Amino acid sequence: MAAENMQPEILFWVGCAGSYDARAQRVTKALSTILQNVGIDFAILGTEESCTGDPARRAGNEFIFQMTANQNVQTMNMYGVKKIVTACPHCFNTIKNEYPALGGHYDVVHHTQLISTLIEEGRLTIEGGAYKGKKITYHDSCYLGRVNGEYEAPRKAIEALDGDLTELKRSRANGLCCGAGGAQMFKENEPGDKRINTERAEEVLASGAEIVAANCPFCITMISDGITAEEKQDEVMVFDISELIVNANNW
Amino acid sequence: MGIQQIIFLLVVLVTFRIAYKAYAAIYRNIRLGKDRVIEGSEAARWKNVFLIAFGQKKMFKRWIPAVLHGFIYVAFLFTQIELIEIIIDGLFGTHRFFLPFLGGLYTLLINSIEILTILALIGTVAFLARRNLLKVPRLVMSDMNGWPKIDGNLILIGELILIVGVMTMNGADVMLQKIDPTHYHDTGYLAVSSTLAPIFLDGWGQDALQVLERFGWWLHLFAVVGFILYLPLSKHLHIFLAFFNVYFTPIKSRGEMSNMPDIMGEVQSMMGITPEGEVPEMTDELPDFGANDVTNLSWKNILGAYSCTECGRCTSECPANATGKKLSPRKVMMSIRDRATEIGEKLDSGQTKYISKEKAGETVLTADNFDDGKSLFDYISQEEINACTTCNACVEACPIMINPLEPILELRRYEILTNSAGPADWMPMFNAVENSGSVWTIPDARDAWTADVEES
Repeated sequence: MAAENMQPEILFWVGCAGSYDARAQRVTKALSTILQNVGIDFAILGTEESCTGDPARRAGNEFIFQMTANQNVQTMNMYGVKKIVTACPHCFNTIKNEYPALGGHYDVVHHTQLISTLIEEGRLTIEGGAYKGKKITYHDSCYLGRVNGEYEAPRKAIEALDGDLTELKRSRANGLCCGAGGAQMFKENEPGDKRINTERAEEVLASGAEIVAANCPFCITMISDGITAEEKQDEVMVFDISELIVNANNW
Repeated sequence: MGIQQIIFLLVVLVTFRIAYKAYAAIYRNIRLGKDRVIEGSEAARWKNVFLIAFGQKKMFKRWIPAVLHGFIYVAFLFTQIELIEIIIDGLFGTHRFFLPFLGGLYTLLINSIEILTILALIGTVAFLARRNLLKVPRLVMSDMNGWPKIDGNLILIGELILIVGVMTMNGADVMLQKIDPTHYHDTGYLAVSSTLAPIFLDGWGQDALQVLERFGWWLHLFAVVGFILYLPLSKHLHIFLAFFNVYFTPIKSRGEMSNMPDIMGEVQSMMGITPEGEVPEMTDELPDFGANDVTNLSWKNILGAYSCTECGRCTSECPANATGKKLSPRKVMMSIRDRATEIGEKLDSGQTKYISKEKAGETVLTADNFDDGKSLFDYISQEEINACTTCNACVEACPIMINPLEPILELRRYEILTNSAGPADWMPMFNAVENSGSVWTIPDARDAWTADVEES
């Protein structure tokens, strides 16, 4: 599937988590399934894809960022990439907002935006009533929500599932971070009273939702860990929006 | 020229002289920062000034303080009209100079000011209560210990004095209008003074009322003078700088960290992909990357620090702070301001001991040769900056568009790039990205997951 002289409709930017993290791989597969079922011709860069550099840059390591980012821009420009979809809001943000300064200009969408557009256009329909009436809450990731101002697309996708969307106490622009951003994912916490993901998991549990819909592989890990720490992992499940759609359609 | 006019003129001149020096020092301190381009059109930035600075749009995320603050803010704006009259009356020995020109409009104006003054009184008392009795968490956190706490209360007490001055002046005036209408022109019915003055000032003689009226007038003036001189020492400077800070806030995506062209150029030349026509500049000496002091932050960061009124909305929204970490975005901004002030004061002292060793030959202390052996890291610890998740909650929270995240990230850059320090946990991630193009070092191919998909 590596882009070999093909000009597919869209490049699916998989990202490190989507490629290597067992939990996030399921999201990668779910998004692939959606694209295939809708009939969108897509490519991946495969082994030619590198980390976007987001965690290195936000940790302060500009050298590493520039090395990996320039590499990616070179690769994508070589293939003439125009449109990109990714299931990671960090990759989405970096490619969209930081690659232009390095000469990489692409039309980038987050997968929840693509899904919501496909639903709106009638190209993606949700058939089963697997989530009908189920209490679903939505966790705004910082880099899709507060940073890039996208609050509606993921909510529209959830509404299409016919579930009962229950907002968390802190949502949209006031959404509480899961604790992973800014390269926190890769280090131990600084001393404090509790972990940020515990704080968020407590808010999820207080909402009474059975399902947490997320849009970011790191949020999924963080919130799942937080819920597991409270020993509620059998009562509250954390899914990416793409997985909910695949499940609902029995794909 | 009457004795009062002479005193008035002296007070104005002395205030102007002292204030000029203090405000010029703040301007100089802001300019200690590096130049930066402010992205975005003038039109878009003016729109922000109208909506966010004048219109206080972002305050309304929290209704109660927004309304209370709104009372004081609108009263402040309106009272400026009265202040112009006070200056004219003070200089020319007139009394209520605008009254004959404005007539009924004057009555409306003074009534508006009186009603707003009472609303401002409610706001001020409520704010004192929030700080000292209700102890609203963000106003009493450890960041606020010591001077910041005193500062917050002094401002509110100053406002009370101002309100007492205005109301005493008007109250005595309406009583005098009945006794001596040739000197004290009829202002028409004043909602507050005309109602309250007869209750409190019934039976006062003309002389006593005249003294009281002058007392109120001078108290108002001295409260204003006091504020002008106190502002440069105080967080209350936001009443002016908030407008500038909003105007100079770039219009760009929050998601874009400032690019570092030096490093980009070096990496691109290493990779042999330097864009045509661009020759990367090679310097013998490795420059400092990021910021370890206010002098290598941008002037916009320092302007933000002086604009901060320490409301703590940023810190109360910060996920790291909420879970007990040491990071407080407000404290970061306060530290930047305190450090800029410290450098400014040392520069003013002119002491040659602050000239850096490398430039020991120079005889006059300037911002360029300054080195007092301290840095911003004496104010902000690595533990603080390392706790940041870059979630942008602080950026979203600030009612006047201060960006605490920018300096935090510049400090991180210094820590990693110049000091080669930083959390040891990050090293494997850096190595993995550098060597295997992934945040984790994993032997599998990046597309190994596709095997399952193709099978199914």
